[in-house]
Amino acid sequence: MRPSGEQEPESSTGQSVRPDLLRGLTQPRFSRRRFVRGAAGLLAAGSLAGALSACGIAGTRDTGWKDGFDWDAWWSEQSKQGTFDFANWPLYIDRTKDGSPTINAFSDEYGITVNYRPVIQDNATFFAQISPVLQAGQSTGYDMVVISNGWQLTQMIKNHWLIPLDHSRMPNFKRYAAPSVRDPNYDPGNTYTVAWQSGVTGIAYDTNNIDREITTVKDLWDPAFAGKVGMMADDTELGSVGMLALGIDPKTSTPADWERAADLLRKQRDAGIVRQYYDQSYIKALQQGDTWISMAWSGDVFLSQQSGNKNLKFVVPDEGVMFWQDNCMIPLHAAHPVDAMMWIDYFYQPEVQALIEDWVNYICPVPDAKPIIAGKLGDPTVADSPLVFPTPAMEKQFVAYYDPKGVEDQLKWTSIFDPIIQS
Amino acid sequence: MSTKLRTALVPYLLSLPAALWLGIFFLLPLVTILGVSLMTGNSIDGWTLTWNFSIFGDAISTYATQFGRSFLYGGISTAVALLTMYPVAYWIAFHGGRFKSVLLFLLLLPFFVSFVIRILAWQFILADDGIILGALKDIGLIPEDTHVLSTPFAVVAGLTYDALPFMLLPLYVALQRIDRTQVEGAADLYASASARFRTIILPLSAPGIYAGIVLVAITNIGDYLSASILGGPSTTMIGNIIQTQYVNNADYPIASALALILMVALMAAMAVYARVFGTRTLQEHVT
Repeated sequence: MRPSGEQEPESSTGQSVRPDLLRGLTQPRFSRRRFVRGAAGLLAAGSLAGALSACGIAGTRDTGWKDGFDWDAWWSEQSKQGTFDFANWPLYIDRTKDGSPTINAFSDEYGITVNYRPVIQDNATFFAQISPVLQAGQSTGYDMVVISNGWQLTQMIKNHWLIPLDHSRMPNFKRYAAPSVRDPNYDPGNTYTVAWQSGVTGIAYDTNNIDREITTVKDLWDPAFAGKVGMMADDTELGSVGMLALGIDPKTSTPADWERAADLLRKQRDAGIVRQYYDQSYIKALQQGDTWISMAWSGDVFLSQQSGNKNLKFVVPDEGVMFWQDNCMIPLHAAHPVDAMMWIDYFYQPEVQALIEDWVNYICPVPDAKPIIAGKLGDPTVADSPLVFPTPAMEKQFVAYYDPKGVEDQLKWTSIFDPIIQS
Repeated sequence: MSTKLRTALVPYLLSLPAALWLGIFFLLPLVTILGVSLMTGNSIDGWTLTWNFSIFGDAISTYATQFGRSFLYGGISTAVALLTMYPVAYWIAFHGGRFKSVLLFLLLLPFFVSFVIRILAWQFILADDGIILGALKDIGLIPEDTHVLSTPFAVVAGLTYDALPFMLLPLYVALQRIDRTQVEGAADLYASASARFRTIILPLSAPGIYAGIVLVAITNIGDYLSASILGGPSTTMIGNIIQTQYVNNADYPIASALALILMVALMAAMAVYARVFGTRTLQEHVT
């Protein structure tokens, strides 16, 4: 028989308590599983928020070489390595089925293997590819890259991501470079860059569709060509041509000038004059007859004329043409800088430049190549073209781009001109 | 480890691969773009998290036109793709006979070529003096200044064209699965052809319609290639803005905010859509 003290609760009260109710009253509402789940969720959310507030995204400031670095001493320690890596734009050097004759001759003469890679499609994309690498303080794998003057190049310089060129190793640049490519406003004294090729952004038109003479930038605003005018989608090019139309010098322009240019460009768009804001495809649109008149790069028009489009005409407008350069430079941490310097000195020789120029057809940085192309290479069409060797009168019309002072300045520019292109 | 604990853990361990997948490929990127969109700064000084929630309002008010246009173009192209592909899918499923696979393959063949190449080809075909418009102008059927490129029509046509296989396949699968005896039964009971279509075929193919619309609308609303290649001034879609802000301007916060808004808007639209025409209706029809 059991002692009375150990009786079941039910019998002591005479009532039966539902066991699930009892459990509910005496045990915590949160099961362990729910507690663990909740805690894990809180922990995850907390750590994410913590991680986010702790780390931003690092900028590029102070990721280049330090002020006061002794580059002369550095250069004196460098020596030829027998190889170098060269990133360039497609179709931008002489080419046969055995590769580039110029590069082959350079390799034979100096015993330097050139890894030539035509990987650059546009400045912004290429910059986006190499900047995280440079930001991390690592080598891009290139000893020479070609970037147009513009915001990306300005950043390369301002970030101290370029090795100052060793001017003692480029006597041929000193001797043969055209005045137009010396001492540019974005790189005074050619400290970091030398021109690979240059070109101008002027106007091209189709003489089959337009029978009057085109002479001024304002012709791009002519209502007679409504829906047949091609403008460029690049905000630097577009903003600059807007200022030319107003008679403003882009190089020294101010944000107030930019706003005025933007107003003029907006009117042009809203009046239905602009067919489209084109990238590189503007030349195809011109050839196809989609546009009759278009902002255009000199070299494209010259090549198009050579391939049979005799009806295309390139004009240097009265207000001037925007003069740009694609520049060779040596990125920081390059492994073969001396070989790259030897290449610069090599391609500034008139004989070498003549070979490249006869193939590339943009504006040649070495005027002395002209007689060689006309004579030895027997190609007077190229030698006599003002789009390859500009006349002094044409050179007077060259206008430099605005060089952004800093990131705020650049963002101001894009915030004014981008809404016109992307409406 | 006790048996009880181990038993309790089994479901979690089994779902671990799926959870990891979702965590790494969905949650992490999502939280990251949310974080980036709340940052302020620039490419030189870097960006810091300042919980800048006002960016969402600014982004919506600045780019309301482009958002609206994306949904409009996406909606139209989805509708056109559905209306053109339904008869095609129907015909192949019901009358294709032994050529079904061949017909499907032929329809999908052009889509083995990259979208960019095909759109560039359309740019050539639709040129003002190109093989179509040039010929029509020569025989005087259309006025001399007609153009198709650089118009909203060209952008929507490009979007529609790219959507065709993604619409065709789910429709075909749904139509193919329909039990033919039901259709025959209805015919035996004197249901007219249009009644058979309305009461049997259309409801039973609803899952395919639903899947096709979801697939096509989501891709087309976010597209930027068609607008950048076939469009003109004032056909910019939100995808173009995101691309420019990200690549050209390196303005990561605004690009992230726009991407996030687009995603939320799409999810909301899909939720409404699923609620109205969604799973329940579908299940009723299927079962």
